[in-house]
Amino acid sequence: MGLPKLPKVSDPGLDETAKMLTPQRIEEVINRVIQKETAARLKVYMNTCVHCGLCSDACHWFLSNDRDPRFSPVGKVKQTLWEILRKKGRVDPDFLKECSRIAHTECNVCRRCSMYCPFGIDIAYLLLLVRRICSLLGLVPQFLQDTVNSHAVTLNQMWVKQDEWIDTLQWQEEDARDEVKTARIPLDKEGAEVFYSIIGPEPKILAQLIANMAQIMTVGGVDWTMPSLDGWDNSNMAMYSGDFETMGRVERVHHEAALRLKCRRIVMGECGHAFRGAMYDGPKWLGWKEPPIPLIHAIDFYHELLTSGRIKIKQKFEEPVTVQDPCNVVRGRGLGGKLREIVRMTCANFTEPEPGLEHNYCCGAGGGTINCGPPWKPSRVKGNRVKAEQFEATGAHIIITPCHNCHSGIEDIVAGYNLGMHVKFFSEILVQVMDVPEDLQA
Amino acid sequence: MYDLISRYLVWIAFAVFVFGMAYQFINLVIQAKRDKVIFPYMTWKHSFRSLLHWIVPFASKNMRIRYETTIVTFFFHLCVVLVPIFLTAHVVMFSFAWGPSWSSLSASVTEWITILVLLALVFFLLRRLMLPEVRFVTYPSDYVLLAVAAAPFVTGFIARHQWFDYETMVLIHMIAGAIMLMAIPFTRLSHMLFFPFTRAYMGSEFGAVRNARDW
Repeated sequence: MGLPKLPKVSDPGLDETAKMLTPQRIEEVINRVIQKETAARLKVYMNTCVHCGLCSDACHWFLSNDRDPRFSPVGKVKQTLWEILRKKGRVDPDFLKECSRIAHTECNVCRRCSMYCPFGIDIAYLLLLVRRICSLLGLVPQFLQDTVNSHAVTLNQMWVKQDEWIDTLQWQEEDARDEVKTARIPLDKEGAEVFYSIIGPEPKILAQLIANMAQIMTVGGVDWTMPSLDGWDNSNMAMYSGDFETMGRVERVHHEAALRLKCRRIVMGECGHAFRGAMYDGPKWLGWKEPPIPLIHAIDFYHELLTSGRIKIKQKFEEPVTVQDPCNVVRGRGLGGKLREIVRMTCANFTEPEPGLEHNYCCGAGGGTINCGPPWKPSRVKGNRVKAEQFEATGAHIIITPCHNCHSGIEDIVAGYNLGMHVKFFSEILVQVMDVPEDLQA
Repeated sequence: MYDLISRYLVWIAFAVFVFGMAYQFINLVIQAKRDKVIFPYMTWKHSFRSLLHWIVPFASKNMRIRYETTIVTFFFHLCVVLVPIFLTAHVVMFSFAWGPSWSSLSASVTEWITILVLLALVFFLLRRLMLPEVRFVTYPSDYVLLAVAAAPFVTGFIARHQWFDYETMVLIHMIAGAIMLMAIPFTRLSHMLFFPFTRAYMGSEFGAVRNARDW
């Protein structure tokens, strides 16, 4: 069709591992996955899709790449799964490298396209299936695979060692006490009302968020705890690489840590993919219909604290703000309404993004895509021009997003398109505007 | 020849259609049980909620964005089912053979609907050829399917106007109709059967599990 050539990106995770593949192994793995791990969904989706292309307008990659058909949801399935099935698994390593590029780095499995397909075909599921095949063949972008290796070895995403974890918590407890003098981070407290879990990058690179939470919990008078041992990290990159065995292990440890401490429920920090893993993908893989103990996302928790009056607002945040609806908790949990409520309760000047709520565009970073690392950053930023245009139209200065992937992804978009905006987690706003009672003030 | 086709082919076509659909449906249920994550999450409420938003024109956002496709596709799907059932000649043949009869569309109405159905098919063809995102995912089989859907209408139209040899044309028309009927269960035309189920599952996934809307 005379489409321009896409820039070549080198990634040892694909280039080097592809050299080790044999035709027999490729065929064996593909057919094993198709026969043993798929059933009605794959079969029916394949028979039902009439190749109408109506899912295209859903995809930020397609829209941002000037409607290049290679980036439409069905276009991505055509270039990967249709070919794999048509050739009954007899495909070559170079083709599979392209499959990984498409499925791992050019699709955020955000599921927006499922809302645009007239049949409701779960296109993200089909691309996750491609990832699964690639992962079993060892074809995963190197940076993403490194996080998976970390999960497998340390049960956290960022190679955080045991002593580093405890040390970071002590350091953040001290920092929190500079603001709220009785702030504590209770470890391993049996029977606590709230088991609070976070993602690996928090202790590694965004530790101040832990101190924020210690302040919020203290002011809100919440009976909470964090685990001293494995299970504190609720993130799960294995879910996105296609290494579902590791995904299952990570989720089991997370839930069991909360069960061991006999906590009433798990409150998860501000992260979307972590919520997806703990709430849906992990339990499904483990054969649980639902998580074994109640589990809520930070948005729900903040909403409770604010509406119940446990936390009061001193003075609203004045700068103009907008929100980035994280796919996994808005399209994935319907928390868009509550997100707006807590933003309106804390901010004086909120502008609604358009499109918003379930129809919001993905940040472009989710689905493990940002974890594919620097080699893939240029295409990721280019592939989300619509996001930049969407934010620019709001005229806001601050973008609030209760999700780590969104946070990092939007920062890249803001820088890439010179939007001059800042990205904040909701906890950063909340610690700024909440009323700290006088007896707690440091 | 005419006798043979009108007597037996229609039966074969209907048998293949009915048993083919039954086979696909049973297979769907068996496969859905194997998938394990389908039935536990399905609810009637969210299934119907989603279906409703996708069978009422413009009730979903994408139907509003792609309004031209929405108009054409609704008209096309409605007529492609109704015309064969309410065409006078079909009703007459049926009641001649078995007795029961029902009201039928007037000749001129059917005539116009047929023309519009064919124009809708031309629209689908042009969409395939002209929109890059559709052409990119088009296989030769997609054109064949369009032809399979068009054939009964084209041949019926020609026969009604008695443009060529009438009897031959009616024969071709009957064969074309039979091919389409038999193709439904075994090609992508099976979306006729699968649509409510894929929609219901996604509606439940979004509504019951994820507390979100899928339209």
